[in-house]
Amino acid sequence: MLFTIQVNNRKIRAEKGETILSALNRNGIIIPTLCRMKDFTPTGACRICVVEVEGRENLVTACSQPVEEWMKIRTHSPRVITARKTIVELLLSNHPDDCLYCDKNLNCELQKLAEELNIRERRIRARKIKPRLDQSSHAIVRELSKCILCGRCVRVCEEVITTTSLDFINKGSKIHVGPSMDRDFNFSSCINCGQCVMVCPTGALHEKHNINEVQEYLNNPEFMKIIQYSPLVASGIAEELGIRYNREFERMLNSILRKIGFEKVFAAGAGTDICLYEIAEQLTEKVKEKHDKPLYISACPAWVKYAEQFMPDLIPELSTVKSPQQVTGILIKTVVAAETGIRPEKIFSVSATPCLAMKFEARRDGMMRKGISDVDTVMTVRELARLIRLYGVDVSNVAPEPFDEPLSGYSSSASLTEVSGGFAEAVGRLYLFMKTGKEADRQMFRKLRMSVSFREVTVNSGEEELKIAVADGLTGLEKLKREQAAGKNYDLIEVMTCPGGCVNGAGMPFSSARDEKKTRVKTIYLADDTDAINTPSKSPVLINIYEKMIKENKEISDRKIFHTHFEKRDVLL
Amino acid sequence: MDKDIDVILKKFKPGRREELLPLLQEIQETNGHLSEEAIVKAGRFVGLSTTKIYGVATFYDQFRFIPSGKVCLKICNGTSCFMSGSGAVINRIREETGFEAGQTGRDGVFSYEITTCMGGCHHGPVLSVNGEYLTSVKPEQIPDLLKKLKFIIEND
Repeated sequence: MLFTIQVNNRKIRAEKGETILSALNRNGIIIPTLCRMKDFTPTGACRICVVEVEGRENLVTACSQPVEEWMKIRTHSPRVITARKTIVELLLSNHPDDCLYCDKNLNCELQKLAEELNIRERRIRARKIKPRLDQSSHAIVRELSKCILCGRCVRVCEEVITTTSLDFINKGSKIHVGPSMDRDFNFSSCINCGQCVMVCPTGALHEKHNINEVQEYLNNPEFMKIIQYSPLVASGIAEELGIRYNREFERMLNSILRKIGFEKVFAAGAGTDICLYEIAEQLTEKVKEKHDKPLYISACPAWVKYAEQFMPDLIPELSTVKSPQQVTGILIKTVVAAETGIRPEKIFSVSATPCLAMKFEARRDGMMRKGISDVDTVMTVRELARLIRLYGVDVSNVAPEPFDEPLSGYSSSASLTEVSGGFAEAVGRLYLFMKTGKEADRQMFRKLRMSVSFREVTVNSGEEELKIAVADGLTGLEKLKREQAAGKNYDLIEVMTCPGGCVNGAGMPFSSARDEKKTRVKTIYLADDTDAINTPSKSPVLINIYEKMIKENKEISDRKIFHTHFEKRDVLL
Repeated sequence: MDKDIDVILKKFKPGRREELLPLLQEIQETNGHLSEEAIVKAGRFVGLSTTKIYGVATFYDQFRFIPSGKVCLKICNGTSCFMSGSGAVINRIREETGFEAGQTGRDGVFSYEITTCMGGCHHGPVLSVNGEYLTSVKPEQIPDLLKKLKFIIEND
């Protein structure tokens, strides 16, 4: 039901049941907030969104107050502005004020708001809090002195990620956000997905930087510097650097990275192809032996840690294939090392990803061979963009260059894996291809591209059926469990921690608008329709690796290096 | 202790959030504090993550996470007691025991906490020793009191 309300002496249409804020936003009036997140229940924690409602003595929070027919609202009256300004001044009263050195500098919502409200001096002084810096996690740093207690991270962790690793501890002046028993992150049930980093309005939660380490090695002539990046990274970098993205930019990025000082630039997509191939083989084997247990794709490192903690019974069903990043990493340290004649310990291998959990994954147990780690350092898209800016490369003036051999290309299936449902689709298609020798009909997988948190599809492969399920975000897991409890059996299950898949990963730029993400997904789907090579096993890179390089290298010819193991984790849940 | 928690849990219905506080209160009453084990078990029983349980429990002053001493002192620091000089009493206790409020001494004899109003405003500062109230406490009395209490505990 629509009705009219009066806002700033003008009439606007509002819908019954919606909040004041959503009615205002729809009509082009922007109200700042620090705690609101779209699609979440409002909490009214930050109080920035206050507005004046005629007839109400106190200001009301627009984000949580339902709109009513009689309302006469003033959104930017002197009283409201003063209140908002005071609130921000109070938030800043114990803030460290180290914006120049802060991770979120120029991306900080609090900073932006202080600027908007024209706060030019520290009017209110309070004792600064100096809590311990939690650097224990490989992926996330917790800097509580910058926390404004908006509770976004707590809500994301509980409602989207469902691990509930963060909550408010204590109360009053001692209140802070932390994991169970006030421990550090490395002992908590945190799965390093980093969605809390994406929603944090300040720099209280941010990724752990590896940029200094990379710089150090870039200047070390003893090492061979190698970088791999996944198909999604190029679009993220383009966005961070303010360039319009097209698929040609990937080749430009290669040349940019070489200018920075990386001697070899590889496509992590080549590793994805191998990863897909190995999983498809496992699936073939499983179907042949008629296992009724499903095969869970283990490419998402956050999901793997989730399974190890919350569903340890499931570990035997997890595919033992390493994630694309690790597969590419191990190829660099074995095949590439052998080809170039450089000892693997003299290779410094960097991976650029749209994911924070990859930082953790690279340090996992089993991701090492003879004391040499598969991947030495993992950088997010944001870090890599920073590195590019630091080295002063004029990105508008570079010639496109191809990737280096032997990991120089990938099939369109590989880029598909970075969208939720895409990994399962790619494995399913490859499985059918390996079985029938023909490319599978893509229409069969259409249902996996829908936008609900749980999707399933049954694919016919001649005589038998292949049942695929996809949990998009860990909220989809609940539905999956229900279906399984009701007696449904699946052959292949994909779980992605970040809703929507890696496109919404915590290593991507902060500023991404929703449309931007949708375009990213569309580009990937379009590429899948138009690219010449759709199936991994048709990719010349993969054929070369399997037919020649792996066979020639005795150490790895059994392909065991592509596999790892998982263990139950003993953490407080 | 393991057994105690299970016995308490049996009295409640599993999977109900509203049972959490009474449950934690009973564990605290029996054990004197909420151990990590108790929080894990309560979490599993109610169906909440330990993070949430710890968050809720730390919100309330009544819950402790380390065992209390054999003698547990509670000093009122409410407005009235504060005006009558509870600050000096607290300082004296800190000096004599050598640890902060909320902690327990190494020998496990003493622990002390600062609380808000205990309802004895006109007799302030109020000090409760294992539930027994002392009124109009002066800082000079503290050393003797602690010595006496320690003697009683050690010769009990």
